[in-house]
Amino acid sequence: MAIAHLFEYYKPKNLDELVELLFRYKSKARILSGGTDLIVRIKDGFEFPEVVIDIKGIKELSELKFDGKNLFIGATVTFNEIIENDIVKEKYPLLWESAKSVASMGIRNRATLAGNICSAVPSLDSGPSLLIYEAEVILRSKEGERKVNMNEFFLGPRKTVLKEDEFVYGVNVPLPNKKNGSSYVKLGRYNGEDLAQVGLGILVLEGNEYRIAHCAVGPVAARARKIEKLLNGKPLSDSLIEDAKKLIEEEISPITDVRATKEYRIHMAKVMLERGLKAAVDRMNGKGTPYGEKLI
Amino acid sequence: MNKISFMLNGEKVSLYVEPNDLLLDVLRDKLGDKSPKYGCGRGDCGTCTVLLNGKSVRSCLILAVEVDGQEIMTLEGLSKNGLTDLQKYFIKHSSFQCGFCAPGMIVSLEEFLKKNPKPDEEEVKEAISGNLCRCTGYVPIIRAVMDYVKNRGG
Repeated sequence: MAIAHLFEYYKPKNLDELVELLFRYKSKARILSGGTDLIVRIKDGFEFPEVVIDIKGIKELSELKFDGKNLFIGATVTFNEIIENDIVKEKYPLLWESAKSVASMGIRNRATLAGNICSAVPSLDSGPSLLIYEAEVILRSKEGERKVNMNEFFLGPRKTVLKEDEFVYGVNVPLPNKKNGSSYVKLGRYNGEDLAQVGLGILVLEGNEYRIAHCAVGPVAARARKIEKLLNGKPLSDSLIEDAKKLIEEEISPITDVRATKEYRIHMAKVMLERGLKAAVDRMNGKGTPYGEKLI
Repeated sequence: MNKISFMLNGEKVSLYVEPNDLLLDVLRDKLGDKSPKYGCGRGDCGTCTVLLNGKSVRSCLILAVEVDGQEIMTLEGLSKNGLTDLQKYFIKHSSFQCGFCAPGMIVSLEEFLKKNPKPDEEEVKEAISGNLCRCTGYVPIIRAVMDYVKNRGG
């Protein structure tokens, strides 16, 4: 289907041009990078931008770099660039594993992590890992720069703290300072393109510290703070896992839709919590299923 | 209208497009390159797959203006000098029935096999998980790829 809606196309060469364009057009503009979400939204008639701003010509937005303590992911970095980066695989295996679960090769060649968080759909695969690593979103506008913790970025389905003349410059992901193991468990119908019915990210740090976040089972991806509180300070055991599973229903609020029922999602979230916790602890201890291998 | 120029299958093309023209439509309707097909129009089925600077992408989700100055390769380009070896294995294993998914499958696999020359079956399945085939059940497609991988260069 061709696109019926008409718009103007701009491709700024640097950040100053981008900032000016956004300031001029504000909510009438939409930023285009991978287009895997925006183009579909325009085709479907959910978005009617007067201006589409392609940011792929701005070199510094394509940076993916690690300085020893922090990983910077520029706005136009694609999921496949993240997956193919050895540092990400070695230092941020949770991010790597969740990036690998995104759609299919042809989509991951275009779709960006920044676009994923800006679309802010409840099922976003990059959500749990960024929430768990306590990533920081760097926002820019004519007024300057501000940084927002990932845990404060989402306001609702397709709603974020982004103002109309702001854009995401990139995301900073701090390196956890202790030995750790992690897992991203995704429930979907098939591999390619499928959205998560339940997504669960888990990070276990040495000294029995746990971080858990979910997606697709609430209006926004979020941390499971009650479960974290229960687990923190305790070594993982079968009885502890059982207690944690009991808290799942307090943490998540899934809906029934065409992809899965509410009951199924709750049931599977418990199964996934158990498998994900065990896998994360095993991986921290250098055993268990390798990263990237499906846990469900 | 915007004037764009890009490399299509190794040859430079220049033309005028509207900002909302999709690459798929421009390739098929303006440039006569018919191998990329229109399937779902939303990136799910993979039948419109082309290579953009060597990477498989969905031409139904890319604006034609975005490829100004870039390189596009379609199945026509890949088989410019006759069928590719991979295509021959697809024929050997009768890997297609209606053939609508064929260009997307081959283009996706060309990129994948370049990156990963000795994949196992699971990796092949993952690589084509974004290319839907409604006829074959995928079995003869996977068989063709594995046979090709086993025999090539040997």
